[in-house]
Amino acid sequence: MPDAHGSTALSATGGTSTATRLLEVEGLTSAYGPVRALDGVSLAAETGRITAVLGANGAGKTTLLRTISGLVRPVSGRVVLDGEDITKAPVESMVAKGMAHVPEGRGVIAELTVDENLRVGSLFRGKVDRSEFDRVYDLFPRIAERRNNAAHTLSGGERQMLVIGRALLAKPRILLLDEPSLGLAPRIVAQIFGLLRQLVDSEGLSVLLVEQNARSALSVADVGVVLNLGKVVVTDSARTLMADEDLRHAYLGF
Amino acid sequence: MDYFVNVTLTGLTQGMIYSAFALALVLIWRSTRIVNFAQGSMAAATTFIALALIQAGQSYWVALIVALASGFVLGAIVERVIIRPVEGGPELNAVIVTLGLFVAIQASIAIIFGSSFQSFPTPFGVRGLEVGGSTIPLTPTSLYVIGSVLVVMALLVALFRFTRIGLAMRASAFSQEVARLLGVKVGGMLTLGWGLAAVVGSLSGLLIAGGTFVWPAYMDALIVFGFVAAIIGGLDSPVGAIVGGLILGLALSYVSGYAPRGSALVNISALVILIVVLLVRPGGLFSSTTARRA
Repeated sequence: MPDAHGSTALSATGGTSTATRLLEVEGLTSAYGPVRALDGVSLAAETGRITAVLGANGAGKTTLLRTISGLVRPVSGRVVLDGEDITKAPVESMVAKGMAHVPEGRGVIAELTVDENLRVGSLFRGKVDRSEFDRVYDLFPRIAERRNNAAHTLSGGERQMLVIGRALLAKPRILLLDEPSLGLAPRIVAQIFGLLRQLVDSEGLSVLLVEQNARSALSVADVGVVLNLGKVVVTDSARTLMADEDLRHAYLGF
Repeated sequence: MDYFVNVTLTGLTQGMIYSAFALALVLIWRSTRIVNFAQGSMAAATTFIALALIQAGQSYWVALIVALASGFVLGAIVERVIIRPVEGGPELNAVIVTLGLFVAIQASIAIIFGSSFQSFPTPFGVRGLEVGGSTIPLTPTSLYVIGSVLVVMALLVALFRFTRIGLAMRASAFSQEVARLLGVKVGGMLTLGWGLAAVVGSLSGLLIAGGTFVWPAYMDALIVFGFVAAIIGGLDSPVGAIVGGLILGLALSYVSGYAPRGSALVNISALVILIVVLLVRPGGLFSSTTARRA
C-alpha cells in the first residue's frame, strides 16, 4: 500500500487547494456503540466542484453523510458549512442553511405523488413560484409525465430523478448524494451524473457524492476521497486517483 | 320495511361514531406507529369538561367547542410530555405508556367529576322527522351525529389535501427522516397530529354520550368497537377507518335488530367480524403496507 500513502502526501500540494472550502469536516468520529464507523475523518467539499467519497461497503460513507447532516451525532470533530459550525445544528435546519441531503435508498416519500414530493422539498421556503417546478420537470421529462402518480409507482431511475429534482427545489449550495447509482442501469447513471456535472458547471452547485461505484463517480468528480474502515486513505484529484492502478485495485475494486 | 330502514339508520349513526373514533386511532398510528389506548379516556375527559360547562349553565354548543379545543390541547400535551420520551424506543414501551395513561386519566375523571352516572344532553330530539304527515325513522339527533362527523372528516381531508401544513404532516407521518432532511419540523407536526386526532376522538365521545348517561368508563364499549373498526379498515388508512366504522355499525345494528337475543350478541359479533376480515385480508380492507414497502 505504499503507493496509496504516497498519494496522500501528494494531495497537500494538489491543484484543488485554491478553491473555497464550502463544507469542511474536521476530525469527525462517529460510533454505533463500541464500533467506530468514522474515525477522525477530515475532508472538504469545494464550491463549484464534485467531491466523490469512495470506498467499499462499510467504509463509513453513509455514516459520513448522516453525521454531516445531523442524523448521527458525532463523538468528536466538527462540521463547518461556509464558516458556520453546524455540528450541533438540528437536522431540520440544514436545508435552510443551503445543504440538501439525498439519503441512501433515495428517500422518495412513496405514498405521496411526484408533485407532492417536490412540494415537500420546497415547503420550508414558503411560497415558491410554479416556474421552479416547471424547471425541474424540464430537467426530468420522465417524472413530469407522472407528476400525479404516487411515487411508489416510479422506477429506480425515476425515483433518483425525483429526489435530485426535489433537492434542487431547496436551492441548495451543496448537495449531499448517497449512492445515487445504486441499482440503476449504467445508461441512467451516466445520464444522472452528466446532469449533475452540468448543474455544477453552469450554476455553481457543489456536490458531495458518496459512491461505491468508483469508476462512474471518478469519471464525473473533480476530487476523490477514499475511505477505508472509517479513515481517509487518500484525497486527490479524480484524475490522479483514476490513474493510480494500485490504489484502484486495493480500495476501489476496478 | 320501516323497521329495516330504522335499523339501518341506527347502524349508520352508530357507525359514524365508530368511524370517528377509529379515525383518531388511525391518525396517530400513521404518524407515530403507536396504538393509543388512552384515546377513549382522553375523549371521556373532554366529555366531562363539556358536562361540567353544561351543568354550570353554558349552552351545549359552547360546551362542545370547549371540549373539542381541550381535546386538542390534551392530545398535544400527551404527545409532547408523555409520548415523546418513549418515541423511537421499543414499540411495546409506548403501548404500555398509553395503557397506563388510559387508567390514569380514567381515575382522574372519577376523582374530579365523581364516578356516578350522570345524564348528558343532546341538542336535538330523538323523535323521527315528519315528512308529509308520516314519520320517517330519521331523527334530528342522527342527522346531527352523521353531519358533524362528516364535517370534521371533510375539514381533515381539506387540511391534509390542500394545505401546506397538511402536506408537511403527511410527509412527517410517512417518512420522518426524509421529512426532517427536507426541513419539515417533524416534532411539531407530530404534536399537531396528536392534537387533531384527539379532537376527532373527543367528538366521538361527545356524540356517543348524547342523550344517555356518562360515567368515567362510559367509553369502554366504544373503545372496543373503534379498535375493531380501525383494524377492519387496515389501521393505516383513514378511508379504511371510516368504512370499517360504517361496516361495523351496520353489522352490529342488524345483529341487534334481527338476531334472536340480538343485543346480547353484539359484542360477540364484533369479534366474529374482526376475525373474518383478518382471515380474508390479514392487513385489513384498506391496508397500504404493499405500497409502503415498495
